[in-house]
Amino acid sequence: MKSYVNSFPHGVHPPDCKYTADAVIETLPLPPEVTILLSQHIGAPAKALVAKKSKVMRGEPIAEAVGFVSVPMHAPIAGTVTAVDYALNPRGEMAQAIKIKIDPDADQEEIYGTPRDLASLTPDELIRAVQETGTVGLGGAAFPTHVKMKPPAGKSVDTLIVNGCECEPYLTTDFRIMVEESDKIITGIQLVMEAMGAKEAFIAIENNKPEALESMAKAIPAGAPISVRSLMTKYPQGAEKMLSRAVLHKDVPSGGLPSDIGVGCFNVATLLQLGQLLPKGQGLIERVITVSGGGVERPGNYRIPLGTPIRYIMEQVGIRPEARKIISGGPMMGMSLSSQDIPLTKGMSGLLVLTEEEMRDGGGTVYPCIKCARCVDACPIFLNPSLLGLLARKARYEEMAEEHHLNDCFECGCCTYVCPSNIPLVQYFRIAKAMNREREAAK
Amino acid sequence: MSTEARPLIIGSSPHIRVKQSVPDIMFHVALALLPVAAFAVWSFGLSALLLLLTTTAACVATEHTACLIARRSTTIRDWSVVVTGLILGLTLPPSTPLWMAVLGSIFGVSVTKSLFGGLGYNCFNPALVGRAFLQIAFPIPLTTWTPPDLPGRFSSLLPTTLTFPFLRADTAALADYIRTALASGGVDGWSGATPLSMWKFAEVPQFESLPRLFLGSIAGSTGETATWLIILCGLYLIARNMMNWRIPAGMLLGAFLLSGAFWLSDKTHYPSPMFMLFSGGLMFGALFMASDMVASPMTSAGVWIYGFFIGMVTVIIRIFGALPEGVMFAILLGNAVSPLITSATQPRTYGLVRQKRWIKQ
Repeated sequence: MKSYVNSFPHGVHPPDCKYTADAVIETLPLPPEVTILLSQHIGAPAKALVAKKSKVMRGEPIAEAVGFVSVPMHAPIAGTVTAVDYALNPRGEMAQAIKIKIDPDADQEEIYGTPRDLASLTPDELIRAVQETGTVGLGGAAFPTHVKMKPPAGKSVDTLIVNGCECEPYLTTDFRIMVEESDKIITGIQLVMEAMGAKEAFIAIENNKPEALESMAKAIPAGAPISVRSLMTKYPQGAEKMLSRAVLHKDVPSGGLPSDIGVGCFNVATLLQLGQLLPKGQGLIERVITVSGGGVERPGNYRIPLGTPIRYIMEQVGIRPEARKIISGGPMMGMSLSSQDIPLTKGMSGLLVLTEEEMRDGGGTVYPCIKCARCVDACPIFLNPSLLGLLARKARYEEMAEEHHLNDCFECGCCTYVCPSNIPLVQYFRIAKAMNREREAAK
Repeated sequence: MSTEARPLIIGSSPHIRVKQSVPDIMFHVALALLPVAAFAVWSFGLSALLLLLTTTAACVATEHTACLIARRSTTIRDWSVVVTGLILGLTLPPSTPLWMAVLGSIFGVSVTKSLFGGLGYNCFNPALVGRAFLQIAFPIPLTTWTPPDLPGRFSSLLPTTLTFPFLRADTAALADYIRTALASGGVDGWSGATPLSMWKFAEVPQFESLPRLFLGSIAGSTGETATWLIILCGLYLIARNMMNWRIPAGMLLGAFLLSGAFWLSDKTHYPSPMFMLFSGGLMFGALFMASDMVASPMTSAGVWIYGFFIGMVTVIIRIFGALPEGVMFAILLGNAVSPLITSATQPRTYGLVRQKRWIKQ
């Protein structure tokens, strides 16, 4: 294999559109009401601890984790529970949720928490403490962080890759927190290293973010086994599999986890929250998101309580009438939202409000595949998306998975992005995977 | 702030795409062929113009009719069939009777493209299949050549151009016409050969001078003579990322190396590698026909092999075959093996340890 210095072969270079890179993180005024979905993460939904009319303090746990692969929820504002019922989730389904109305007289400054001496905790206790913060992967995957910190029996992690790539266009939250709150990120890195017994950590940042590279390098304490790696600017540089290739020149085995090669991958935003919450023993109640796109009047990076309805955020930043699509996350892998009633969840790293001109989302004519092989040259996993697309059209889903490695696809969208025929390849692959899962389940 | 004026659009990611679409690519290929076509008209006059117009119109009409028969909306707007028509016209001798050109267009587009499901599903280059059909059906008219820059080429047609359909092209009348026209320009004698056939079939091999080959003042198919212009137009497509440069590069390299080996073994008998590259349809084939996306392999290692293969087969046919020119059959052969090359060169998927068997049993 060709060795790629600080990157991976293939991938694409979408226009970066990082208009909000210079916008200092701003805190939005508290919303009058929040909706906390009980399932904002991968794993079992949390179980409500409060009932209608309960008074909650800001940061108080309102739902508990059910089992290990689950996280608790905390009240993002002090107020009164108005309902424990159902609300629209980002996928457009009605899901269990706790609704809290703000209490105008309550103290919104004081945050519930029990500070503790982290140095005295054993690794297992530390992982338990991480679960109690309710932290999940804030880059978008929303996988419970503490689960990642406990690799399967027999595996150990000696290297940490800290993902500060933010390779998605438009998004600038990770960049801003690296510039503004580098010291707390370092605290988070050190805590995770300690809990996992990792010997070294690499902070991976794309080379189009020199300020972040500099700020993170400065924040590393002398002698700490942490270093900054400047990586090539390329999408999807921030994907786990690509990072391990770029930083360590190792492949995560097909169907495996980074822990199989002794690697743990964490997003900077996740580590920032850990660095901030763990010492104070608090829960995750807010996050920084980028609100950008041509449909927004005041694009920027905002610190917003979780559960804030998107409608409220849009009222605060101003939405233009030309807005046609709201995307949670980036334009390459983000999910388009069906309604402004959906609340902010832990996994939303950005809200993009795109206009008709910006979208270019394949609404137009789909032409037949002309085998131009641009998808083959873009696929970072080295699949043949063109062939998979043809098989999907013929509903040969099993063959796709068994012969052509469909399950190695992580839906980065490169193939679809470059396709001149406008074929919705990723959508086909999602359908194929879903059909295969259904078939497996039926067996 | 009427935020609910229009419903939000939802859709699957990615939400952005590159702007270049299939019709864009095909349009630019057609555009890149125009200078070559213009040079053909300049060299060979009205007959070449009529020939190009005829093949293009016949190809478009064939595709449109095929779409009507198949009861689907017409696909002529994606420009791909225009490219086919232009390429077919550019690969035919200028004196080709128009009715044969029409027949070749119909055969190429209907059998190779429409029958297989239209754009994207053809395993061979339709223009080349059309030409191969004509070459086999009408070997004499397809190997009858006209010298370039003939006096009077803009005022009269070559005698064979308007041959009545299904009648034999009168090549003797053409030879007379050429002799008379050349005499009026003060030149006498016309061997009726292309540089390649002069090398291959002359008693003592004759090698056309490289500058003449490069500048295109030679006999040949309408569009294959001006090497310099073909290279420029090809570079335009490469610069716009509308052509995979590895295919022409591999093909030229393959032809260069193999013919170089022959040349070193016997310089009086075999032409120099540069002669090989600049003569006949090699340059045009490399840049505009072998690089056809649909019929070429999909992996980057595969396209090198494919190009190299075509280049070598071309040289082998030229040296050992019965025909002086081998580009057309070499490319068709390359088209035939391209799916095999694709599956043989499929790179290792990320995270997989072993490569699977490359040919499925």
